[in-house]
Amino acid sequence: MAAPRSLQFDTLSLHAGQRPDPVTGARAVPIYFTTSFVFRDADHAAALFNMERGGHVYSRISNPTNAVLEERVAALEGGVGAIATASGQAALHLAVATIAGAGSHVVASRALYGGSHNLLSYTLPRFGVETTFVAPRDLAAWKKAIRPNTRLLFGETLGNPGLDVLDIPSVSAIAHAAKLPLLVDATFTTPYLLKPFDHGADLVYHSATKFLGGHGVAIGGVLVDGGTFDWEASGKFPELTEPYAGFHGMDFQEESTVAAFLLRARREGLRDFGACMSPASAFQILQGIETLPLRMQRHVENTRKAVEFLSKQAAVESIAYPGLPSHPDHELAKKLLPRGCGAVFSFDLKGGRAAGRRFIEALRVFSHLANVGDAKSLVIHPASTTHFRMSDAALAEAGIGPGTIRLSIGLEDPEDLIEDLARALSAAKD
Amino acid sequence: MELRVAGETAYAYTGGKVFDPKLPALVFIHGGEQDHSVWALQSRYLAHHGYAVLALDLPGHGKSGGAPLAGIEDIAGWIVALLDTAKVSAAALVGHSMGSLAALECAARYPQRVSRIALLGTAFPMRVSPDLLQATKHRESEAHGVINAWSHSAYAHYPSNPGPGFWVIGANLRLMQRQKPGVLHADFAACDGYNRGFERAAQVKCPALFLLGGRDAMTPARAGRDLARAVPNSTVVTLDSAGHNLMGEKPDEALDALVEFLRA
Repeated sequence: MAAPRSLQFDTLSLHAGQRPDPVTGARAVPIYFTTSFVFRDADHAAALFNMERGGHVYSRISNPTNAVLEERVAALEGGVGAIATASGQAALHLAVATIAGAGSHVVASRALYGGSHNLLSYTLPRFGVETTFVAPRDLAAWKKAIRPNTRLLFGETLGNPGLDVLDIPSVSAIAHAAKLPLLVDATFTTPYLLKPFDHGADLVYHSATKFLGGHGVAIGGVLVDGGTFDWEASGKFPELTEPYAGFHGMDFQEESTVAAFLLRARREGLRDFGACMSPASAFQILQGIETLPLRMQRHVENTRKAVEFLSKQAAVESIAYPGLPSHPDHELAKKLLPRGCGAVFSFDLKGGRAAGRRFIEALRVFSHLANVGDAKSLVIHPASTTHFRMSDAALAEAGIGPGTIRLSIGLEDPEDLIEDLARALSAAKD
Repeated sequence: MELRVAGETAYAYTGGKVFDPKLPALVFIHGGEQDHSVWALQSRYLAHHGYAVLALDLPGHGKSGGAPLAGIEDIAGWIVALLDTAKVSAAALVGHSMGSLAALECAARYPQRVSRIALLGTAFPMRVSPDLLQATKHRESEAHGVINAWSHSAYAHYPSNPGPGFWVIGANLRLMQRQKPGVLHADFAACDGYNRGFERAAQVKCPALFLLGGRDAMTPARAGRDLARAVPNSTVVTLDSAGHNLMGEKPDEALDALVEFLRA
């Protein structure tokens, strides 16, 4: 059997979802800066509104530039489709709101980005959605936390900021045994390092602001449906398997065997919550994705060198990087992340909070700011910034100490980065 | 809606409308290792434009019970039994790939029950290479990859897929993976073993549309045209840039061709 060769990741990063414009010859993805799209006639208009034809109506719901981004990320992840959102947080909210409502419950990893923790811990309870947080490595806790009203299990591929590696095969097995989907935030890994659908996840989202965009110029999110979860067999998701009065009585599972989730998320979530992405942002993120494989290789190479350097420094108490044998998830990382463990990691300085402050202020190449995944190297002190709302006890449970420093390693010359770190370590001793 | 055919549940998507057997009936028949959802846009449009639509899940596929049927002749017989259950005296049949052969067989054997046929991505003979047939039996995952690659004309569409945000290639692969083990081999063996194509084609009395993909690597347009020439009252429409999955790759063009044919 002469099997045709499927396009590989690097090629899909450049081409998936788009071909040159046949009218103008434009090779790059055009930015469709328009709020709305003209109907051919009254029947075409009605057919678009009733999902009898594919196409664009209004850019809050869909836009051709955004659609290229959506298809490209879906192709890279191995999903059936995606939705671009205003931010990664909007993607998380869209995922939860599509299948959970008042009276629902979520089981989530405790090692989450602070913003995600806020949404689940403080904001969604106001709307009747409760969350039980569990230690990501405690598989028994995941299982025990599931209730009859649980609708979703959720974790990060690499927990922020301790880099706990989510055991996707095991956690997804627990979810599926309970007829529930597993949602994964794959921001830190990108599909270049890890494809969660290959390991059992059902839904994936990214803060595209980070490595997908890669240049720190656009805020955005992408929510991808793996098309694997059988909502009907689960019996727990009437939002997807029963007629929806808010959209022509549509039963989304009847319309699409593999993409019912995406249909509802777009037709309800984007329509009603409105957290859509600007086509300009979609274009900028697409520019980043074109070089995603090259950048991720360099991010990982530079990170390995930085980790190696820091691990030899007496001033460093500990480093949390799954590539190190000392990390509790090292063996799991070798299995799930053979290409590397990303470019974000944390370490603890001897001397605690004061040493941490001196370290950050002595850096010259690293930028002190609240972001990760930029082409430029970044640094932050989580206890006073991204996670400042968490109590000391909650911080400790999430693996964060008062002197923890988080680095996001960029694409600079690695020797320049190491020199910068050496200078800051020296300053931290004073 | 759900019907009972031959003692098993038979599911049919009715296009978002309550099925009304008083309207002209239109039956959609999917291809191998697929289900009704491959017709989502076309079936929904036509259900909202005056037709009583039944987009079937063949036995063993999607939400229908039972085991996949062994031969194209069996599928044709099952479709007529389903029409009986649905109290439909005659229907237009729209079939894709394996489903197109079933529509052809139905039209020839039951001329009083079939008003017209539209055959998409069709060819005769619909032979499957021995290697691929073996793969469908013993290496489903590998076979899925090959079939999916051969079913699409391109890795991208301009400026993106007409169904915004959907990755057509990934969705088609996942739909195949969602079918039960054994269905793939049964379907491909049914296509490979069907020998009456030209004989049945000559017996078709109703109008027939052959809607072909110019870049179809599974059922090349040339083979579809050969079959069309054997049908007395046939029309050929070729979508030049479409592959085998022409309902997914060119949904509007496929629908427009169907609308024109059904209204003629």
